[in-house]
Amino acid sequence: MINTIIQGILLGGYYALIASGLTFMFSVMRIINLAHGSLAVLAAYALLVLAQSWHINPFLGLLIVLPAMAVLGFLLERLVLERSLRAGQLVPILATFGLAIVIDNLLFEGFGANTRSLGNFIGSLSYDSIELPGGIFVGVLAVGTFAAAVLVLVGLQLFLSFTPFGRAIRATSEDPDTAGLIGIDARLVNGVAAAIALVTVGIAGAALGMRGTFDAYTGGAQLLFAFEAAVIGGVGSVWGTLLGGIVLAVAQSIGAAISPLAFLIAGHGTFLVVLFARLWLAGGIGNLLARRA
Amino acid sequence: MNAQTGFRVERWTAASRAALAAVAAVSLALVFAPYVLGPGALDRLTILFVYVILAAMWNALAGYGGLVSVGQQVFLGLGAYATVKLADLGMNPFLAMVAAGLIVGLLALPLSFPMLRLKGGEFAIGMWVVSELAHLLVNLDPLVRGETGTSLISLNAFDAPLRRAAIYWLALAAMLALLGGLFALLRSRVGAAVQAIRDNEEAAASVGVRVLATKRLIFVFAAAGAAIAGALWLATALTFQPRAYFSVNWTAYMIFMVLVGGIGTFEGAIVGAVLFFAVETWFGAAGVWYLVGLGAVALAFALLLPRGIWGALETRFGLRLLPVGYRLDLSALLRAETKP
Repeated sequence: MINTIIQGILLGGYYALIASGLTFMFSVMRIINLAHGSLAVLAAYALLVLAQSWHINPFLGLLIVLPAMAVLGFLLERLVLERSLRAGQLVPILATFGLAIVIDNLLFEGFGANTRSLGNFIGSLSYDSIELPGGIFVGVLAVGTFAAAVLVLVGLQLFLSFTPFGRAIRATSEDPDTAGLIGIDARLVNGVAAAIALVTVGIAGAALGMRGTFDAYTGGAQLLFAFEAAVIGGVGSVWGTLLGGIVLAVAQSIGAAISPLAFLIAGHGTFLVVLFARLWLAGGIGNLLARRA
Repeated sequence: MNAQTGFRVERWTAASRAALAAVAAVSLALVFAPYVLGPGALDRLTILFVYVILAAMWNALAGYGGLVSVGQQVFLGLGAYATVKLADLGMNPFLAMVAAGLIVGLLALPLSFPMLRLKGGEFAIGMWVVSELAHLLVNLDPLVRGETGTSLISLNAFDAPLRRAAIYWLALAAMLALLGGLFALLRSRVGAAVQAIRDNEEAAASVGVRVLATKRLIFVFAAAGAAIAGALWLATALTFQPRAYFSVNWTAYMIFMVLVGGIGTFEGAIVGAVLFFAVETWFGAAGVWYLVGLGAVALAFALLLPRGIWGALETRFGLRLLPVGYRLDLSALLRAETKP
């Protein structure tokens, strides 16, 4: 049981990692990017191609893939999000959903139905483990993912709080017009914010590929996990997101311990119970992901 | 005509009266299709009707209610599941299809309480989670046996031509009833309230629109409609494999139809369904590339023509064939003012 919970907590690190970009983008632009999970899978495939064709270790591959993701994020904001937001609040949902369908099916067309993994390209790291007191083994990779999640979340928070650009992002998300009056270029700020969000998506994609297997249609599930972790964690703070990921993953792990079929059921069920409870307690709030000062 | 002020509020135009007459004539002609058309054509028409229902229901929710859901496949899946379940319990399969719509509508009512508290993208993904959960739970039913699925065997008791015609008529009746119901609903006080909410929720609430109750009505209506579409799809396909019914691809189809046709226009959803039907007929065999194309076209419409084909026509030509709103005719007033 303790083992189940510890493994769950470590898996929660991955969920927090993939949720971090989703909440970051939402807190800056008030957009939920429905292609979020598909983009993570795209990054995993990019690392796979680098490893297979050019024998580039996935960790080194990140040096290529993360800047590419940043560019992709900037383009996503300029070409899709900004434009669709002008047509109404709901249009970015439709546009990013369309984008997700395109990405998923192009990946399927390019790579077929086989499940892939980056595990073969990272040496013994995919199965190395550390023994904890009490005879519990934890994977080095799982611990590393958890640490990466904490680093990304803390890094984003520090960036938003203490750097001039972070302040510009916060000002733009509060009120783009007024931010414009004091010389902040809202378009640039949103573009860079999207670039940062997609860098975290790239890291999450690497973690996804190294920790387990993925295929072209894995993206949808990753989006749901990210969303669930973000909503369970609530307020959009660093620890909220981490806690949300952990609650989701522990629920899934306990479910899986009862029956393999119950892994996803327990996760989705916990999400809905937390959602209902939060709605009940708050007596009807609007944006669950919104940052409340 | 308001003689004192010189303006009048139009609810019908000459064009729309003619359009309604045309719709009635086409509907009447469609009733006799089973006596004329071959089995293949009849099945295709049934599928077209299912698409029209799905598009109209998703449009009611998103285009009029302002609720974009990427989980409407949950109602489609539950509609099909309820049909096999009821038929398995001994109910006449045709009766089961209608009952499934009602049952899913009833299920949607309690679900609406938490879900309608969510806004924008949160509602969209929240519905997807609900759909995934429903899919997993349906898989647990021993009748369904996971992804193996089951079939609506009791339909085999009817001989093929009669069965085909009966499904066709049921689909036609369901489509006309749902479209008619939606048309009446949107022209009623509720319709005005729904559109006010879509345009500005706070402003609507401030003039006394009961926001949640109105959204709930649309949500439940759209759920029941999607469930009937699922039941009809089951009747044409005969097999119930949960994966095929709870697939997010259905949402991709619905978004394609409504975005291309024209979101928030009554005629647009129908136009979109017919276009989708044509696209599927010609390119459906292309498999994955077909899906890439659907996603890309939906994305392009969201970016370049968010009001869709019908929305663009409507703005340009002032065309309203099936008007659900009000139109102010000021021509008499303008004439009066130009007179000395």
